[in-house]
Amino acid sequence: MFEANQLSLAIWLPIIGGIAVLATGNDQRAALARIVALVVSIATLLVTLPLYSGFDKATGDMQFLEHYQWIPALNINYSLAIDGIALLLIMLTAFITIIVVISAWQVIQQKVAQYFAAFLIMEGLMIGVFSATDAILFYVFWEAMLIPMFLIIGIWGGPNRIYATIKFFLYTLLGSLLMLVALIYLYLKSGNSFALADMYAVKLSLTEQIWLFSAFFMAFAVKIPMFPVHTWLPDAHVEAPAGGSVVLAAIMLKMGAYGFIRFNLPITPDASHSLSGVIIALSLIAIVYISLVALAQTDMKKLIAYSSIAHMGFVTLGLFVFNKMAVEGAIIQMISHGFISGAMFLCVGVLYDRMHTRSMDDYGGVANTMPKFAAFMMFFAMANAGLPGTSGFVGEFLVILGVFQVNPWYAIIAGTTLVLGAAYTLWMYRRVIFGAVSNDNVKALKDINSREIFFLLILTLSVLIMGLWPAPFLETINASVDKLLTLAAVTKL
Amino acid sequence: MMDDMKLVYLAIPLVCLFAALVAGVFGRQIGRVGAHSITVAGVAIAFVLSLYVYLDVLAGNTFNGTVYVWGISDNFPFEVGFLIDSLTATMMVIVTFVSLMVHIYTIGYMHDDPGYQRFFSYISLFTFAMLMLVMSNNFLQLFFGWELVGLVSYLLIGFWYTRDTAIYANMKAFLVNRVGDLGFLIGIAAIYATFGTLDYNAVFASVPEVLGQTIEILPGSEWSIISFICIMLFIGAMGKSAQVPLHVWLPDSMEGPTPISALIHAATMVTAGIFMVARTSPLFEFSETALSLVMIIGAITAFFMALLGLVQNDIKRVVAYSTLSQLGYMTVGLGASGYAASIFHLGTHAFFKALLFLAAGSVIIAMHHEQDMRKMGGLRKFLPWTYITAVIGSLALAGIPPFSGFFSKDLIIESVHHSELFGSGFAYAAVLSGVGLTAFYSFRLVFMTFHGRPRMDQHTLQHLKESPTVVILPLILLAIPSMFAGALFMNPMVFSDFFSGAIFVLPQHDVIGAIAEDYQGKSGMAVVFGFMLHGILQPPFWLAAGGVVLAWLFYIRMPELPGKLVASVKPLYTLLMNKYYIDDFNQKFFADGTVAVGRLMSKYGDTIFIDGWLVNGTAKAVGYFSRVLKPLQSGLVNHFAFAMIIGLLVLMTWFIKVN
Amino acid sequence: MIALSDYLILGAILFAISVAGIYLNRKNVIILLMSIELMLLAVNLNFIAFSHYLNDLAGQVFVFFILTVAAAESAIGLAIIIVLFRRRHTINIEDLDTLKG
Repeated sequence: MFEANQLSLAIWLPIIGGIAVLATGNDQRAALARIVALVVSIATLLVTLPLYSGFDKATGDMQFLEHYQWIPALNINYSLAIDGIALLLIMLTAFITIIVVISAWQVIQQKVAQYFAAFLIMEGLMIGVFSATDAILFYVFWEAMLIPMFLIIGIWGGPNRIYATIKFFLYTLLGSLLMLVALIYLYLKSGNSFALADMYAVKLSLTEQIWLFSAFFMAFAVKIPMFPVHTWLPDAHVEAPAGGSVVLAAIMLKMGAYGFIRFNLPITPDASHSLSGVIIALSLIAIVYISLVALAQTDMKKLIAYSSIAHMGFVTLGLFVFNKMAVEGAIIQMISHGFISGAMFLCVGVLYDRMHTRSMDDYGGVANTMPKFAAFMMFFAMANAGLPGTSGFVGEFLVILGVFQVNPWYAIIAGTTLVLGAAYTLWMYRRVIFGAVSNDNVKALKDINSREIFFLLILTLSVLIMGLWPAPFLETINASVDKLLTLAAVTKL
Repeated sequence: MMDDMKLVYLAIPLVCLFAALVAGVFGRQIGRVGAHSITVAGVAIAFVLSLYVYLDVLAGNTFNGTVYVWGISDNFPFEVGFLIDSLTATMMVIVTFVSLMVHIYTIGYMHDDPGYQRFFSYISLFTFAMLMLVMSNNFLQLFFGWELVGLVSYLLIGFWYTRDTAIYANMKAFLVNRVGDLGFLIGIAAIYATFGTLDYNAVFASVPEVLGQTIEILPGSEWSIISFICIMLFIGAMGKSAQVPLHVWLPDSMEGPTPISALIHAATMVTAGIFMVARTSPLFEFSETALSLVMIIGAITAFFMALLGLVQNDIKRVVAYSTLSQLGYMTVGLGASGYAASIFHLGTHAFFKALLFLAAGSVIIAMHHEQDMRKMGGLRKFLPWTYITAVIGSLALAGIPPFSGFFSKDLIIESVHHSELFGSGFAYAAVLSGVGLTAFYSFRLVFMTFHGRPRMDQHTLQHLKESPTVVILPLILLAIPSMFAGALFMNPMVFSDFFSGAIFVLPQHDVIGAIAEDYQGKSGMAVVFGFMLHGILQPPFWLAAGGVVLAWLFYIRMPELPGKLVASVKPLYTLLMNKYYIDDFNQKFFADGTVAVGRLMSKYGDTIFIDGWLVNGTAKAVGYFSRVLKPLQSGLVNHFAFAMIIGLLVLMTWFIKVN
Repeated sequence: MIALSDYLILGAILFAISVAGIYLNRKNVIILLMSIELMLLAVNLNFIAFSHYLNDLAGQVFVFFILTVAAAESAIGLAIIIVLFRRRHTINIEDLDTLKG
């Protein structure tokens, strides 16, 4: 009976489930809230599985279409559909949410139901962003998604959370309002339609395109985040609870890149080409400059946040050289970064739960007391440094191969991440995990329990499978990337 | 039949991986005996199968096929596959043999270490990675193995992770290797951009088509694309095979347990760069620029690292610098297009250098983890087996006939002698003088450790005893090929067409062919004896013999001489003791410099400029303007009323004037 | 004959005086109220003058309305001032600046 509305189901099941979790009420029934949350998140992943199995990889067209009138007076519709790129991101969202729920099982003891509900509702909204094909629907999901995240950081966050939330909110809101202006302009140009397909078809002069591109760029660059609008991310990560950081890094950052894929490239292809130099320059700065800044951090979460920005630099670099291998590499990098950054933040979360400090100076010699944890973190650190055999390598490799064909220097500059990425990741590892036991707190540490082993193991397997056999992922996006590049190649002048 | 062989090929690396996983994940459950049993069994199976593959290749069966498609991007299938030919088979036998010896040796060496299972898991994982590297049929998988051996090397150097020196050394090793890998990766990207494929055979087949192509890296200077690719690949090789200036990690890597120094940092992993250049000989052959660069870098490494070996007092560091120097020899051989000679030296070196490291390890066990040779001496009475095998290893290293090192090293020197490329004169001088140095420092080691008066304290002296059988057995098994491998394999490996399908040499570069001409028509042992006879009349032999005699003079006959010599060339000695100050420079300039730049950027770029000026600056600007405008909002009704009236007047005027 | 302009000038002068009264007055709310009344008076004068010269009675009718409203308004105003004085013990304008930004 759900055949026709699979996407709606994937969006609304977690949202309604989240409300149900809220209904379990106060902390006296926290156990119930946890179980309901877990069931709902697993059910959501199960709901997305038929999307994968029923997906036709041979075509780049949108699939699983749903179309209902929403506000007829303004020709706003509730229309959903996905291509291969969105499919992977939706499945990533559903997958990561389960991990987040499990990881918060014992960690969150206050306002438990509300915490889980926020994540479930956010999951639904994020899936909505990835599947909306009506610009206003997209915009609504896009903005609504901020609210749960705002609450997660603001309520369960660290001591400086208010500054971080306001910074996060203002930064992102600034960008998205410009996006709204651009959408309204396109609505008027395209004969009163908010459908993305109509926006792809509308003719635009180069000046118009550059303005529209810039407006979209502001919205998406903040989200990715690109240099120089990145400074909200380290603050937000530092203050967010572990689960919040995971969702922020693993999925929310991908929204910006997804926006480039859905809006900038197809709607303003000529501007994308003429401004690609700027984007490439910003991406390369992100890769080199941010890596250097990461080296200077002493806060583990800040370091990983900066590393995220540097890795997302590969995504924007790959997208704007208009080479298929690079674009595919960029999309693979998005998915892979979801696993790896999520895992890294969970690792820091595991340590933070025990020590209640994120400063590397307070650690040292953790490997002595937490050998299993050290092994997992070694793996993820290597994945973060892009070791072949892990998913972190695939995206970077394809982007470098693709980019080299366009300009060798881009590849060489981007390639410095091989050295710098390894430097900051391994330096952190060395200061935290290696060495002799540095103090009594470290001495008293207990190794990870079976619940923590469970979710780290699942992420390990995901990273390994994707690194050793990325073929299914590449196959899923292949036709969609062809379509995207066709749209980006046709001039609209 | 073909499918059966494919299963064998697959089984060789996978059995090592399986053993590594079992020992690593279930180490506690299966215990110490379980861990070493399964990994030794795994590597033993791999060794036997490798021998089988070797014989199969000798019989003329080669293989090139895909195992699975890694991923298809831009319609190009990236594949994981095997290329089995004479070069691969040779490397497989060397790797699995040395690895097996090291596995057995480790049972004794690591006996009391709490990380016993972890260690076995790592070295089995290393064997897997190294096999994947050498068996690859494309550049992607080569890079995969390349990085994975780097990872295991990182883990093993930092095996004793509570030691600050160890975790400093392992990070240094990984990062320096990564610098090389950057070049390697760019080389791979250039290969893909030029040839549209990463498969070895497909790339090599289309080399002639791209000979004229150029690439503009710096504006205005056109480089031959082949030269660019080769130089980039060679930068990768410089990292892994520790060539100047990326050699700095190898001496520090001695922080790892000794079996690792033998397996990874002497016999196998560090020779991956040599292997890679030999494997890509069809590319290098078409770039004389790259070949010259290879030769010059190799010559610098061979000579200057040998000099450093003279002054070291740590027994492992002497062997480490000799490894650097010998890797330089192999690299020189590659640059002279004597690929077969280099691979031959790679093989003999693997045996005698692993032997020397393991013998050093045996000494270290007996000395209770004392590594300073100044506190040893006279050990030959207590460690007879170790002594004999170490002498065999040293003779092989010094290049005294008929030990294996003589043949392979002489071949390289002859190759350089025949080479006509730019830099071959310098390279010849460097490798020739290196021979004397090599002989000197290797026998300095033997004399300081095993001869003379015991210089250790009373307690150690009383507890000196020969190492257990599991330690001695590998020494003996490695001593045998160290003695005979040279004589046995020179003719069939180098002077025959054994490598003809795997290594490509242009006729004008064929130095091995030129050497072989002298022995045309002779067979088997006649060639070997002819070569030996010829060698004894040449300068390398006399230099080597002179080195040995000089070492005897310095450390046995007149022990006061070294001190006097040092005093007379104090500045040179200081320079050598400080390793030409390269480490200090790297630490100050690259490591500290990069971190300092990062701190500056973090402080001034992110914190002060973006966050301080742009973000908080915007907030402050809004605050400032509102403070400026605030007095206007006096809160007094009459002011508001007055403003209203003025406003009305202005509007009325405007309406009247405009309309 | 008195010209229309004379009436208008008188009205304008009255209006200007009341404006000045509103703005310059810094002490007393009562004076403010009186100024507003004066302002309304000036408007009324204009209405009557135009009504007379245009022969249109509507203007004079309006004046009655305005007078009524003004009376009501000043009554309410005075009531507010009384309440204000009870609460704040002042009718000094400069103390009544709670709207200040």
